[in-house]
Amino acid sequence: MSALLWALVLLPALAGVGLLAAPLGPSPVRRAVERATPTVGISVATGVLALSAAAASVRPTTSAPFLAGDPFTLAVDGLSAVVVVTVAAVSLLVLVFSAGAIRHHRARFVGLMLVFVAAVLVTATATTLLGLLMAWEVMGATSYALIAFDWRRDTAVASGTTAFVVTRAGDVGLYLAAGAALAVASGGTPGLSLDRLALLPSPWLHIAAAGMLAAAFGKAAQLPFSFWLSRAMDGPSPVSALLHSAAMVAMGGYLLLRLHPLLLAAGWAATTAAWVGALTALLLGAVAIAQDDLKQLLAASTSAQLGFVVLAAGTTGPGAVGAGLAHLVGHASTKALLFLAAGAWLAALGTKSLPALRGAGRAYPWVGVPFTVAALALAGVPPLTLWATKESVLAAAREQSGALYAVGLAAAVASSAYAGKALALIWRRLPDHPTGYDTEEAGTRQVGWIERIPLLPLAVGAAGLGVLVVPAVWAKVDPGAPTPTSASAGEVAVSVVLAVVVTGVALRWPQRLPAPRWAGSWLRLEQVAHAGVLRPTLRLAALLARGDAALEAAVTGTGHAGRRLADHAAAIDAVGVGGALRGVVAAARRGAGLVLRPQTGQLHQYYAQASVGLAVAVLIVWLAR
Amino acid sequence: MLSLLIFLPAAVAAVLLLARVPDRVALWAWLVTGLVTVGLSVGMWAAYLHGHGPGQFGFAEQVPWMPGIGSSYHVGVDGLSLPLLALTAVIFTATAVYSLRERQQPRSYAALFLALQTTSLGVFSALDLIVFFVFFDLSIVGMYFVIAGWGHGPARRRSALLFFLYTFTGSLALLLGFIGLYVASDPHTFDIAELAAHPPLTGSGAAGPLVLAAIALGLAIKTPTVPFHSWLPPAHTDAPAAGSAVLAGILLKMGTFGFVRIAMPLLPEQWRTYAWVFVGVGVASVLYGALVALAQDNFKRLIAFTSVNHMGYILLGLGAAGLAGDAHARSVAVTGALVQMVSHGLITAALFLLAGVLLDRGGSYDLTRYGALAGPAPRFAALTTVAAFASLGLPGFSGFIAEFQILAGSLGPATPAAAVAALGIVLTAGLFLWAIHRLFLGTPRTGQVAFADLSARELWAIGPLLALSVLIGVFPQSLLGVVTPAADHLIALVGR
Repeated sequence: MSALLWALVLLPALAGVGLLAAPLGPSPVRRAVERATPTVGISVATGVLALSAAAASVRPTTSAPFLAGDPFTLAVDGLSAVVVVTVAAVSLLVLVFSAGAIRHHRARFVGLMLVFVAAVLVTATATTLLGLLMAWEVMGATSYALIAFDWRRDTAVASGTTAFVVTRAGDVGLYLAAGAALAVASGGTPGLSLDRLALLPSPWLHIAAAGMLAAAFGKAAQLPFSFWLSRAMDGPSPVSALLHSAAMVAMGGYLLLRLHPLLLAAGWAATTAAWVGALTALLLGAVAIAQDDLKQLLAASTSAQLGFVVLAAGTTGPGAVGAGLAHLVGHASTKALLFLAAGAWLAALGTKSLPALRGAGRAYPWVGVPFTVAALALAGVPPLTLWATKESVLAAAREQSGALYAVGLAAAVASSAYAGKALALIWRRLPDHPTGYDTEEAGTRQVGWIERIPLLPLAVGAAGLGVLVVPAVWAKVDPGAPTPTSASAGEVAVSVVLAVVVTGVALRWPQRLPAPRWAGSWLRLEQVAHAGVLRPTLRLAALLARGDAALEAAVTGTGHAGRRLADHAAAIDAVGVGGALRGVVAAARRGAGLVLRPQTGQLHQYYAQASVGLAVAVLIVWLAR
Repeated sequence: MLSLLIFLPAAVAAVLLLARVPDRVALWAWLVTGLVTVGLSVGMWAAYLHGHGPGQFGFAEQVPWMPGIGSSYHVGVDGLSLPLLALTAVIFTATAVYSLRERQQPRSYAALFLALQTTSLGVFSALDLIVFFVFFDLSIVGMYFVIAGWGHGPARRRSALLFFLYTFTGSLALLLGFIGLYVASDPHTFDIAELAAHPPLTGSGAAGPLVLAAIALGLAIKTPTVPFHSWLPPAHTDAPAAGSAVLAGILLKMGTFGFVRIAMPLLPEQWRTYAWVFVGVGVASVLYGALVALAQDNFKRLIAFTSVNHMGYILLGLGAAGLAGDAHARSVAVTGALVQMVSHGLITAALFLLAGVLLDRGGSYDLTRYGALAGPAPRFAALTTVAAFASLGLPGFSGFIAEFQILAGSLGPATPAAAVAALGIVLTAGLFLWAIHRLFLGTPRTGQVAFADLSARELWAIGPLLALSVLIGVFPQSLLGVVTPAADHLIALVGR
């Protein structure tokens, strides 16, 4: 059984590393691998999907010794089974799309994607902090390389750096959580086991919970870390379709779902998660409404939708985890489709600006129709997936607090508004003389069949995955786990009316929606981080570097003065620095003698020898200059 | 067997100098000697694992030397020293490969490096304070000649002299401390094993802290830690690439090794009392090194300051070993510190050799002058990026195994210090990615010059270092099998 799990993880990892190494080989190898890459990528991803399906039904566990007392342990349980299959399915579809969309440096692209997939699979199945942390950081590093894929563009590279550094700042939390876990004797069991965190005594429990929150908020692009996701849009669209829908950001939400017991045990941590999630859903929803760039709108919406997952992870009811997981999976399918569609239009029309994309749905109905299904799901229109899953999350929130429910409901209204806005512009009448094309790249004016195919299964997912919250279905997916919270008829009525009305309004008047400047600029989070953290750090670094140079000059100056002195001394009695050093040694000896009261004659003898030896060595150096 | 390992390089060096062999033969002899030492050290490692418990010295040899003062030629290996012996052999071999095309007095160069290798192997094998001191000092002399003779830049003599005087002064402090240990021991001895078995200054009042201060000062200069690091950046900047690789990879470890071989087991009571000082110096070095590195435009100075950062983690982990806390957590911290010695050696040696390539092709270490080098030199870009990610502690590389254990292990015993030091991993991430951007990505800063990619020779010098870092990162048991028991034993010694 454990072989299955290792195969699931190692297949994409080794294939990915192989593809990454190929471009450094001799050029015949390079060309051959480059040609074979799409096939290799799709085959490996198909294998991963098959293995993940098998793993989901078999539920294997495996372990290998790693650090002393802390093995590297993976397991597929109910929660991870769902996520592993979702990630495998979305990555296969995204790699199919990439076979058409990515034309250059394919080996590097697919290699990075496969290593990334391996890291996600380990993150999802890790049962100890060690495996989790390792995979978590590898996800971050591959994300850097994928965002900066077009490395000749300075902005793309800077955006990749931003994404990595910001998420790594959150990752520090994982190191702290690991430290908290190790601080308490574990009595022979692996100290870094995730299940153990909720049992830690105070204060370690609270340190672990705080660290986990920071790491999860960072990766899930929750407040105040959300801005890196905006920068991440400088990467290729297929990257966003995988990393910024189904996998990396989703792992932030997943981590909190998995650590639900820890959050509950710490108390305040659950409350914090619930409120940060709710506020991110609302505020980033407002940010999404204000965007005029399709990918930026989708990115803000990702933060907001992950906010619902984080909100679920922070509520206490038994069905909260199931509700959050269902929303996570539904969002993965929905958002992957939307990003792929945005990518298809970007490649065809050379723009992702919403006003310029006016009528793009009519021009490319094979893209426009699936996009519509997903956008309506995002808007919360019944009976599509995100309607059902969001209902479940909101019901869990309402069980806990009216205020939380109200904020969640307002966030749902925001998602109807931004989804409606995007949809309205896509289906406007195509202008006779379209303007604004080819602003980002030269468009090809076509969307190939290989790019169209993956949109269809994703649309099915966006439409139908809501069945996950049906108790009978859930019982098959994760038997034994509490079913996702069910919404009351009244709650359903309120949200359905709100969703339909608001979506309708947005469809009718897409450009009259409120777009305050603070929302357009992503709450100015990046500017605040620059002014509050980055620039002070750089100033401090420059200050310390200047101080360090002064220290170095002072030390060198001392040496210089000593040398001049020695030169004079040498001129007088040809002893030089050797003499000075001997003097130092003698003084030291006197000092040592006072403190330590040496008792042997031989020691003096040795000491004299050592002094002479030193002097000789210095003299050699001096002469050899 | 151990003495053969230690003195083989010096013997070859003597033959090279006396027999006046052709230059090319000398360079290949250097390489072959390196490979033999790699084989010997790995063989000893395997034999030690099969025959010795923690705390036992393997391959011990003791020959009377200065019996009047209780000093003998006493050498031996254990879990603390075996990884460093192997590291020494590997790094000197890598520098030999890298230097195969050396044109400036290659015979003397090879002989000098071989002699330097003997002093390094000697330090890590020494079980007598005088033997330790002699090898320690001879390494300084050897490195002085490397920098002054084969360095570059107008200031190389001055940098070499600064290095020499500064670290020599440190070694005098060290000698002072050694004499303190000798005087306090009964019967008087310089033997490390005997001193460790009966720590001489237990319950001694003022003398113990003073002796620890002297030894710690000497080792802190060599390591180096803040604020005794001023010799390091100029020495690195002006040293030849191979010299920098040895200086950072091996010579810095003599300082940290001194802590685990001498300061901690011989002065356990004092170490526990003043552990917070070492934790504090460690954290200061972590943050200071990273921040000053962040402000550097010179690639080699940048790497030099990250060394201060990385050495700071070692002190944090070793300091935490002396504080109260869960025994397993402290063992994890010390294991991390020991892994960091090996890891930093491999990764930083690779980075300095890569910096040598940069100077060779572009004539400058100035990061602001490059950009977009990934185009003409993809292998150079890929290897440097891999080394940078290894250095910033990415999982999958040895740096993670080291820093994760140091941070996680010391959080319990030294909570605020470890929490602050953890910020260092964000700083190193930022500074390395920024350096990678400026060197290899984006648009070229100045007109794109022809920039030849790594040659096979350079690839074979640098690639294996990074491959070993990956080996430790993916299969840490390969190293921890010998290191963890040694760490546990060290914790037990400090806890007496």
